[in-house]
Amino acid sequence: MSRQYEFLQGARDMLPMLLGAIPFGVIFGSLAGAAGLGPWEIMGMSLLVFAGSAQFIAISLLGGGATLAVIWLTTLVVNLRHALYSATLQPFVRHLPKRWRMPLAFWLTDEAFAVVQHRYAASDDSPHKHWYFLGAALAMYGNWQLCTLIGLLFGQAVPNIGAWGLDFAMLATFIGIVVPMLRNRPQVAAALVAGGVALVCHDLPYKLGLMAAAGAGIVVGVVLERRYRLLQDEVY
Amino acid sequence: MDNWMLILGMLVITFATRYSLFAFPDLRFPPLVRQGLHYVPTAVLSAIVVPGMLLPDGQQWNLSLDNAYLLAGLATIAIAAVTRHLLATIGGGLLAFFLLRWWLGQMPI
Repeated sequence: MSRQYEFLQGARDMLPMLLGAIPFGVIFGSLAGAAGLGPWEIMGMSLLVFAGSAQFIAISLLGGGATLAVIWLTTLVVNLRHALYSATLQPFVRHLPKRWRMPLAFWLTDEAFAVVQHRYAASDDSPHKHWYFLGAALAMYGNWQLCTLIGLLFGQAVPNIGAWGLDFAMLATFIGIVVPMLRNRPQVAAALVAGGVALVCHDLPYKLGLMAAAGAGIVVGVVLERRYRLLQDEVY
Repeated sequence: MDNWMLILGMLVITFATRYSLFAFPDLRFPPLVRQGLHYVPTAVLSAIVVPGMLLPDGQQWNLSLDNAYLLAGLATIAIAAVTRHLLATIGGGLLAFFLLRWWLGQMPI
């Protein structure tokens, strides 16, 4: 498949994710001003940081008067999941030069990760899958900037935009990614354990509960997978 | 000025986590780690979704029948399980959510 085809296919496969991200970006653009960011700073954060959940946490902490160090530490913990994504995709991008790996890493969001790892898992041996990654990443990036700008310019026109519950769009997106992955018992167990631990640990500081939950889910998935394999070995 | 410091710090931290493993192309993971990485999307996203449904404000449990996040979340899971179609899941989930909020009288207008 040609580079151009991969690029366009990546952007196209991202379209459903864009729908889920639109409300999120618009609310960020609308609410960041109240936390004390100026218009250029709001756009600057979306352009330079490009991490929805971290941006939201930053403005809520900023509005509550947190120090820089606390916001940075929370950003780190909340974004540690990206190190897991980075590790998951590393075997597929390791052959690329740095001028590819660096920008692709900058654009590695939850949504891009979900779409791109699916493409890399496909059995064809297209040498241009990184163009697919680029197409998906740029679609997400452009959409995020546009939505931030729309929120910034027009958010005030919508009464009480923060109370509409538009954050549900992110949950719907993540549900749409996860549920089709639950094809065997270790995956189902990983989801249930991660969800349960996240509930129990929800009031840990700096969002540490997220990483505790992710770690627990991964361990349970691996343990069960090994046990199932042993059982199968005994049967055959 | 302080806000730009905040943004630049967040840029460095976010990029560092995303680039962390891309920075070492020669590194190869042992089989156990590779096996664990199969569970990354499921574990991470479930750890975000489940509290999002049961603790919608991030603090308080809300197990009542007027919790639109919980009810619409369950409906979204059902749509995803039946259709396995991302756009249908997100669109149907959002529709369910707003119909519920409207029906429960929770819209802010």
